[in-house]
Amino acid sequence: MESIYQALVEIVGEDYASNRHEELFTYSKDLGTSPPQWPEYVAAPKTVEEVQKIVYLANKEKVAIVPLGGGLTLAGLALPLKGGIIIDMKRLDKIIEVNEAARYMVVEAGASHGKVTAYLHKHHPTLMHSEPGAPAAATIGGNMAIHGQGDLAHPYGFNTDMINGLEVILPTGEIARFGSCAVGSGWYTMHPLPDLGLFLGWNGSTGIITKISFRLYPYKKIRDNDAFTVSDENLVPEILHELTHLGLTEDLIATSSEIPPVMNRLHHISIMIAGDYEEEMEFKRHMIFDLTLGKYIRSGVGGIGGIAAERLRPQISKSADWKKGGGFEYVGSIVPVAAYPECYRRGSEISARHDIPYTVLGRVIGCCHAMMFSWSYAFNRADAETVRHAREALHETDVMVMELNGTIWKPAVFGQKLMMDRMDQTTLQLMKKVKDLLDPNGIMNPGNWEVQ
Amino acid sequence: MYKLTFNEDLCLACGTQDCLVRCQHMDIDQKTARIEMEKIINGEDSFVLHDCATCYACEEYCPHGNHPFYLIVQRQDELGMPPLPEPLIKRGIQTGIPFRGEPEIDEIKGTALNMCVFSNLMDRVQGRLFEGLPIISHDSRKMFHYFCQLMYLHYGKTSVINERLDKIIQTLAAHKAKEIIHFHDECYGTYTSYAPAFGIEVPFKSIHLFEYLYNRLLELKNEIKPLNYKVAYQRPCSSRLSPPMHQYVAKIFDLIGVENVKREYVDENAMCCGGTILGQKKEGSRQYCAEVQKKNIDDMKNAGAEICVFNCPACITTLGKPVQKEGIWPLFMSDLCRLAIGEKIG
Ligand SMILES: Cc1cc2nc3c(=O)[nH]c(=O)nc-3n(C[C@H](O)[C@H](O)[C@H](O)COP(=O)(O)OP(=O)(O)OC[C@H]3O[C@@H](n4cnc5c(N)ncnc54)[C@H](O)[C@@H]3O)c2cc1C
Repeated sequence: MESIYQALVEIVGEDYASNRHEELFTYSKDLGTSPPQWPEYVAAPKTVEEVQKIVYLANKEKVAIVPLGGGLTLAGLALPLKGGIIIDMKRLDKIIEVNEAARYMVVEAGASHGKVTAYLHKHHPTLMHSEPGAPAAATIGGNMAIHGQGDLAHPYGFNTDMINGLEVILPTGEIARFGSCAVGSGWYTMHPLPDLGLFLGWNGSTGIITKISFRLYPYKKIRDNDAFTVSDENLVPEILHELTHLGLTEDLIATSSEIPPVMNRLHHISIMIAGDYEEEMEFKRHMIFDLTLGKYIRSGVGGIGGIAAERLRPQISKSADWKKGGGFEYVGSIVPVAAYPECYRRGSEISARHDIPYTVLGRVIGCCHAMMFSWSYAFNRADAETVRHAREALHETDVMVMELNGTIWKPAVFGQKLMMDRMDQTTLQLMKKVKDLLDPNGIMNPGNWEVQ
Repeated sequence: MYKLTFNEDLCLACGTQDCLVRCQHMDIDQKTARIEMEKIINGEDSFVLHDCATCYACEEYCPHGNHPFYLIVQRQDELGMPPLPEPLIKRGIQTGIPFRGEPEIDEIKGTALNMCVFSNLMDRVQGRLFEGLPIISHDSRKMFHYFCQLMYLHYGKTSVINERLDKIIQTLAAHKAKEIIHFHDECYGTYTSYAPAFGIEVPFKSIHLFEYLYNRLLELKNEIKPLNYKVAYQRPCSSRLSPPMHQYVAKIFDLIGVENVKREYVDENAMCCGGTILGQKKEGSRQYCAEVQKKNIDDMKNAGAEICVFNCPACITTLGKPVQKEGIWPLFMSDLCRLAIGEKIG
């Protein structure tokens, strides 16, 4: 025990390694309903080489390692289910390159979304990345490891669809690169090399991402958050379909929640538009509200809920505040946009059963190719009964997603199992072979995507 | 059931039909105006019920102090012809539902300031002008218990106001203040115009914010340093419910040494901020709203305004950013007055 701690101190320095109870305590929890899981050590490396040395050490000692970014999935995905070492990636946060002309950026995986946004804002104000609605401390690596989506999901898809290159430390410690960077041609494209997509969506159980190149997009000067409101949930898919056909918007999100009352049983479609000129904005508003949505307004079934409201980045959910005690966790799913009405109806029934004000949200991914639909459940951290209710509601929701033929996004272990139970056997066995091949000692974030 | 006091005979015998003839948003001659008012009085459909921009101005234009606007809204309600699409009505009605506990009622002796649903604007009522004034509804979690409800005039829903207002009045009255200054003149209009028009009893005296500010500035007269700004005032719709209070705008401007710029959309010809027009069902409302706002702001600009002064939080939300883009500084009246006595505003 002591020797592992000493070895970690030698790798990262005394200030950045710990086996002290009070420090491990912080790492034993995440913000959701998961019960605490204690690591034995935590280390916060500053360089790729330090990460690599920790991986070698873990292999030698056969001790589990869990990469941790912001720890913000809420689903317990960076909790050490089998103890071991938490590798806190937040110090590995250098911004390595921004290529304005080719619109991409290379960062170390522990760089936070907040840092990236602030950096671009300051140094490259005409560029943006797709920022998730998570708190700003969420890391690029953690978000990619779970296939996150951000505020450019409608035009450009999942954040992992925007990757131009990856550097990964394999579970056995070697460093591998993927994309054009693998052939020394810079970090500007992932294609056309043979596909080795083995690291995304794996929750860090097949390797530790250390560098990422991802695409940047034009950041326009004028940015509006407009809203369109309907009472009938059945209208939401067709409205989103029409808006994506028009193709003039950035983010498209439909939300409904019981609290505050102003949102109750209504569906607010946030329509983000951007432009460099007032004329461009007015053209977009005209196309969206007068021509495309005008018929809903005139017939009285839809209304402009607001125009040109300030647009904060990131947009962070406030639903944790609805129950005293400040806790919330959500099930995210990837579903067809057409599933919105049913997801909303069944989700609000689950909430009602557990006495939790319902909060749902659907973010369009791609040109209505899919939607990330989430059900949030608030709880009071100091009240075990409300935590139990939230946990049960989350599990029921996981099951419901399966019943709706959806796919659970960033599933907790319970949801991972549900999906693996349904998974085609060949795929499942391939996952196992990949995992066994890459991680012969079974040390990488064990308990996640574990095929029995 | 509260009943609107509306003198139908007086209206039908009116020699001007100013209520509709002077409307800025509908082009109506006197003959048509008479016909349409008659229909409205008789509870029949009229294009006015569909095309009304709900700017409240006809309340002021009526030479008899009758209540044409309240009547229009009541008829929209009775005939199920709300000016806004159904989801916006539902949203609006739900906005006023309190959801975070009961208000704490502290007894207040003398005069109090009522923030209504603008508890988040406490920064706007700081400094010596408001020193020692107890505040009702300073807690944004509880503010909907004080919501004057008059907003529902834009929604074609007198029924909602009439259903809820008495409880709000009871909550305000429970503080036992003798006089209540209303931060927003929508509240002042509620308690001094709407409530009496519908026979709803109000057990406290209401004071308009501008009257209060004017008198307070008089007390601090020696400390006033003329500001010498050119100022335009964005008169809100609810000011139409208390025309005598509008005179305080000019009086305050005189007192603090700012120039009330000469412009077209001023006083009785003031232009609505457009906020309510934006969402209306009527074809072209969004564009019309943009047009109204442009005309209004161009008018301020052409008159050389450096500052646009607001009373209404909704107007400043709607017009604040656009006027700022044109280089005009949006300011609440209370802040302008604070500047005049040498205070810094946050
Ligand atoms: C209020 C709120 C709103 C949110 N909104 C969004 C949203 O809009 N979009 C969205 O995508 N997400 C959202 N999330 C979920 C989540 O916070 C984000 O996806 C976040 O980006 C995850 O990053 P993280 O650094 O916190 O990851 P962590 O929780 O630290 O890690 C996630 C997983 O990846 C693994 N991991 C971490 N770093 C690495 C690495 N370098 N290499 C390999 N594996 C690694 C971890 O072991 C874990 O399994 C939201 C969360 C909250 C609390």
